[in-house]
Amino acid sequence: MGELKLMKGNEALAEAAIRAGADGYFGYPITPQSEVIEYLMAEKPFDRTGMVVLQAESEVASINMLYGGGGSGKKVMTSSSSPGISLMQEGISYLAGGEVPCVIANVVRGGPGLGDIQPAQSDYFQSVKGGGHGDYRLPCLAPASVQEMSDFVPVAFDLAFKYRTPVLIIADGLIGQMMEKVELFDQMPRLTDQEVIEKYPWATTGKPKGKERRILTSLDLDPHKLEKHNQHLHAKYNEIKENEVRYELIDTDDADYLFVAYGSSARICQKSVKLAREKGIKVGLLRIISLWPFASDVIKEFTAKGIKGFLSVEMSMGQMVEDIQLAVQGKTKVDHFGRVGGVIHSPEEVVEALEQKIIGG
Amino acid sequence: MAELSVQDIIKPENLVYEKTKLMTDKTLSYCPGCGHGTAHRLTMEVIEELGKENDTIGIAPVGCSVLAYEFMNIDMQQAAHGRAPAHATAVKRLWPNKVVFTYQGDGDLAAIGTAETIHACNRGEQIVIIFINNGIYGMTGGQMAPTTLPEMKTSTSPFGRDVASMGYPLKITELISNLPGVQYVSRQAVHSPAAARKAKRAIKKAFQNQIDNKPGLSFIEIVSNCNSGWKMTPNDSNEWMEENMFPYYPLGDIKVDGKLIEK
Ligand SMILES: Cc1ncc(C[n+]2csc(CCOP(=O)(O)OP(=O)(O)O)c2C)c(N)n1
Ligand code: SF4
Repeated sequence: MGELKLMKGNEALAEAAIRAGADGYFGYPITPQSEVIEYLMAEKPFDRTGMVVLQAESEVASINMLYGGGGSGKKVMTSSSSPGISLMQEGISYLAGGEVPCVIANVVRGGPGLGDIQPAQSDYFQSVKGGGHGDYRLPCLAPASVQEMSDFVPVAFDLAFKYRTPVLIIADGLIGQMMEKVELFDQMPRLTDQEVIEKYPWATTGKPKGKERRILTSLDLDPHKLEKHNQHLHAKYNEIKENEVRYELIDTDDADYLFVAYGSSARICQKSVKLAREKGIKVGLLRIISLWPFASDVIKEFTAKGIKGFLSVEMSMGQMVEDIQLAVQGKTKVDHFGRVGGVIHSPEEVVEALEQKIIGG
Repeated sequence: MAELSVQDIIKPENLVYEKTKLMTDKTLSYCPGCGHGTAHRLTMEVIEELGKENDTIGIAPVGCSVLAYEFMNIDMQQAAHGRAPAHATAVKRLWPNKVVFTYQGDGDLAAIGTAETIHACNRGEQIVIIFINNGIYGMTGGQMAPTTLPEMKTSTSPFGRDVASMGYPLKITELISNLPGVQYVSRQAVHSPAAARKAKRAIKKAFQNQIDNKPGLSFIEIVSNCNSGWKMTPNDSNEWMEENMFPYYPLGDIKVDGKLIEK
C-alpha cells in the first residue's frame, strides 16, 4: 500500500508530477489551481528528484516552454485554468503539429471570459473539438476524485510519449480544491540524460555524432507534404481511438436509463443513481474518463440493447451531449441537464431532470 | 600555354576559405543580398569553431528565418511567432550542459514576443539570442515593425511612420541591456567583410559566455537590410542602412561582463 495522505486535488496533481518522474513544470498562477505551483515550489522537487519548476511570465510562455522541454525529450507539464488554457491554444496546436509530448492540466472554472473562479465543465468543446487551429486531437483524461488527480498523471505522461502528443488532464474547480484521502504511488525514477537520448531519437538533444540532426517543426510549405503529415497525424489519432477509450460503468446491468457524466458531475450522479433507484427508477451511470477518445461505441451498444434514454449531466449548457447524440443517431432519447457559471447541481435536481426530460419527456 | 579550367583551381592546396559544414547544402530561401544568410553562416562557423555541433540546440522563429532549421546543420526546434525564448528557457534548464540559442527577427522578438524576450533576459537565462533587426516585417511582405525608423515607408505605413500615431522605433536592445540578468549585449552588422568579422567576434563571445557558464543571457543584435521589403537594390539598401539605421541603432558593445559600456 502506498503512502496515504489527505490532500487537495491540486496538491495531489503536483505531488504526482514529482513522483511520476517529471523533469519540469512550467506554469502561471490562476485560481482555482494555483496550489499546483505553490505546492511544487514549497516541495523543492529539484532537491527530491532533480525536477525543474519555473514560474513563467504567462501561459503563452509556459506552453511554449513545454515545446522546448518536451521537444528535447523531457517529461514536462503545466497546469492552468480556463482563461489560461485559452491563451495556450496556439502553442497546443504547434505541439500537436510538431508531435511533442507533454501534459497540460486544466482545472476548469466558470466562463466565458473571466467568468468566475467556481467549478465548471464548460471547456469540453475547447478540449475535444480542437481549441487551437488545424486538424488535431488531444487525448483528454477527466479525473473524478483527488485519487485520480494523482493516478492520471503517470497515465497522461505514458500516453504523451507513446503517441508523441500533448495530453490534457481536465478537472474542475471542485476536484482541484476538495480534500480527500489519496494513496500516493511510489516515486518513479526520472530518466537520465543518456536514457532520454537513447529512448527518444526524435528529440532535439544535440545532433548525435555521425547521425542525422533532428528538426521539430509544424511547418511544411509544400501542400502535398503537409497533407501527408495531416494524414499521418490522423492515422495516429485513429490508433488512439482504437486503444485509449476509458470509461467506467456503474449500476448499468439492469438499467433502463443512463446518466452520462464525467468529473464532479459523475460524482454527483453516483448519488443521483441511488436516489432514483430508491424511487424505483432503474438508472445507471456511464462515467466518461477519456473525453477524447470518446466512448461512442459503448453508447452505441447500450442504444442497440434498448436503453430508453441518456441524460448527459454536465456543468455546462450542454456540450458533451452533442457527442452522445452523434453516437445515438436519434435512435433513443438524449437530453442534457446541468447548472452553470459555477453553480453545482444537486443529486436531487439531476433525478428530477431525468424524470422530466427523459422518463416523462 | 594550356588554358586553365575551374577544375585546375579547385584543389586542396588552393583552399583559403570554405563553407562551414554546419551550413547544409540547401539553397538559401533568402532574397539575394539579404543579411540573414551571412548571419546564419557566422553563427554556424562559431558553433563549429567552438566544437559544439553535437551539443547545440537552436530555436528558429517565425519570420523570413523560419526555415533557419533547413540551413543550420544542427538540432533545431521551430517556435511559434515570438516564443523562441520560452523554448530556449526550457531546453537550457533541462539540459544545462548544452548550448542553446534563438535566432529571431524584430517583429518576432520586439513585437509579438516582447514579453518572452524581456522575461528570458530578466531571469538571466543562460542562452544566446541572435536578433536580426531589419526594421521591417520581411516575411509577410514589408509591413511596419516596432523597429521601423520615423518617416520610413512600409506597406502599413505607406506615408511613412508617423511617430505621433504609430509610436517610436523600439530600442529593445538598450532596454534589455539594463536588466541585471543580462551578461553581454552587442550590436553588430554583417553587410561588409569588416563588419562581418566584428560580428563574428561578438557572436563567439556570446557563445563562449554560455560555455564558460557566465551567469546571464548574451544578446547580439545584428542591424541588417531587407532589400526586398525596403524596395531597394542590395547595394542601395546597405548604403541606406549605414546612413539611416546605424545613427539610430549605433554599432558596438553595449554591455560586457554584466557592465554597461560608458558612452
Ligand atoms: C501568431 C502569428 N501572427 C502573425 C504571423 C504572421 N507573421 C509571420 S512572420 C511575421 C513578421 C516577421 O517579421 P520579423 O520578425 O521582423 O522577421 P523578418 O521576416 O523581417 O526576418 C508575421 C507578422 C504569424 N505567423 N503568427
Ligand atoms: S524579405 Fe527581406 S528579410 Fe526576408 S529574405 Fe528578403 S530581404 Fe531578407
